[in-house]
Amino acid sequence: MTSIFSDALTIAGKDLRNEFKSKQTIGMMVIFSALVILVFSFAFDPTNNMVRAVIPGLVWVITVFAGILGLNRSFISELENDSLTGLRSAPIDPASIYLGKVLANFTLVAVVQLISIPVLFILFGYRFTSSYFWFILILFAGTLGFIIVGTFLSALSANAKNSEMLLPVLLLPLLSPLMIAAVQATRIVLENEEIQNAVSWLQLMAAYDLLFFGACFILFEFLMEGS
Amino acid sequence: MIKSSGKIDKLLFYILVPSMFIAMYLIFIWSPQEKVMGEVQKIFYFHVGTAWVAFLAFFVVGFYSVMTLIKPKMNRFIYAGVSAEIGVLFTTLALLTGMIWGRASWNTWWSWEPRLITTLILWFIYVAYLFIRKMEGSWEKIAKLSSVFGIIGALNVPIVFMAIRWWNSKLHPVVFGEGKNQSGGGIEPEMLITLLFSIFTITILYIFLMRKGAQIEKMRDIVRKAKTKAMNRLAS
Repeated sequence: MTSIFSDALTIAGKDLRNEFKSKQTIGMMVIFSALVILVFSFAFDPTNNMVRAVIPGLVWVITVFAGILGLNRSFISELENDSLTGLRSAPIDPASIYLGKVLANFTLVAVVQLISIPVLFILFGYRFTSSYFWFILILFAGTLGFIIVGTFLSALSANAKNSEMLLPVLLLPLLSPLMIAAVQATRIVLENEEIQNAVSWLQLMAAYDLLFFGACFILFEFLMEGS
Repeated sequence: MIKSSGKIDKLLFYILVPSMFIAMYLIFIWSPQEKVMGEVQKIFYFHVGTAWVAFLAFFVVGFYSVMTLIKPKMNRFIYAGVSAEIGVLFTTLALLTGMIWGRASWNTWWSWEPRLITTLILWFIYVAYLFIRKMEGSWEKIAKLSSVFGIIGALNVPIVFMAIRWWNSKLHPVVFGEGKNQSGGGIEPEMLITLLFSIFTITILYIFLMRKGAQIEKMRDIVRKAKTKAMNRLAS
């Protein structure tokens, strides 16, 4: 059991070192999320009061859109030089590959959020007056669920030729309950409403995270067996 | 084997056709008219029937997905796929009939109400599932990938429903009352019989389509095998 974690850490470390050397994916993700913010500024006039209403949704829209870019690369990059076969034939539990990829993707998306969410607040002139603790907790739970399902489906769609197109089509319907919970919880926290309401949404997110993590952890083996 | 399955198909067919006509008679002539909505309410019988089959088909997909993962067999793989295809068809029908009915009784084509959104998301999951099945590769590989997605998708449906219910109950409390017929509670016995009969008919239709679809897929598989065999012989 402990070997799963150490193997996962090795794989995550490999991915992250590779990423911080080239900075290709993460650069793209940051620029892309900035572009999404720009496009949304045309859709919703940032100078009027509407901003407060759309900010919680925007936080998640940029996370999901930029995240999908990174998730796409997560397994496709392993196809070069047939590295995936190497991973598959390595004497490790397939679940540790999944866990490692989840860790790596989560770190990537968290770094992107660290840049893009402050940029969003600054560009839309939003003054953050809420509790940091709850906001970060909700971001954590939502992003974790997104990455759990996203990494799994990224491995699934890497088998297809048109995987870049397939991934969003598979991922977005599955994310819908998580996104509802995340947006609602974020809205409650940002509008400084009673935290008790956000807690029930957090519970839903936690249940989603746990359920899908369990299912993906077990089923990942079948994805690696294939081909 | 082939003979007996032919007999079952025939039997199903001869049950299906008359019960279709009986259902039509029950719906349009025998059952009483709804007081408030009038004739529009007749779509209710089709709507509930198709929606029921849509959820049944999804359940079947989930069931055969688990079975395929336990032991990959061509038959199970085919049943899951055919059921998903029929499911897309019936989900579309349920959504369309619901929209027509909603336009007539709620005066809007679409309302963001738990059951509607759940059905819509179900439709998207079905379509995504069919996309996976259209991938290139050996059927064993696709069987595994699609079954995995089928299971994850089936897990998702109850969570979607719960999430949307919470979401909506916060925004606006129950607007449309319990039950879709808006009668406030209770339903005429004639209506209930008609409803049950039309659900029965549509379920028979589903089973019939399922068997036909599976037969076509099996034939396709036989043709594919014969083709590769012939190609190999030509090549050597």
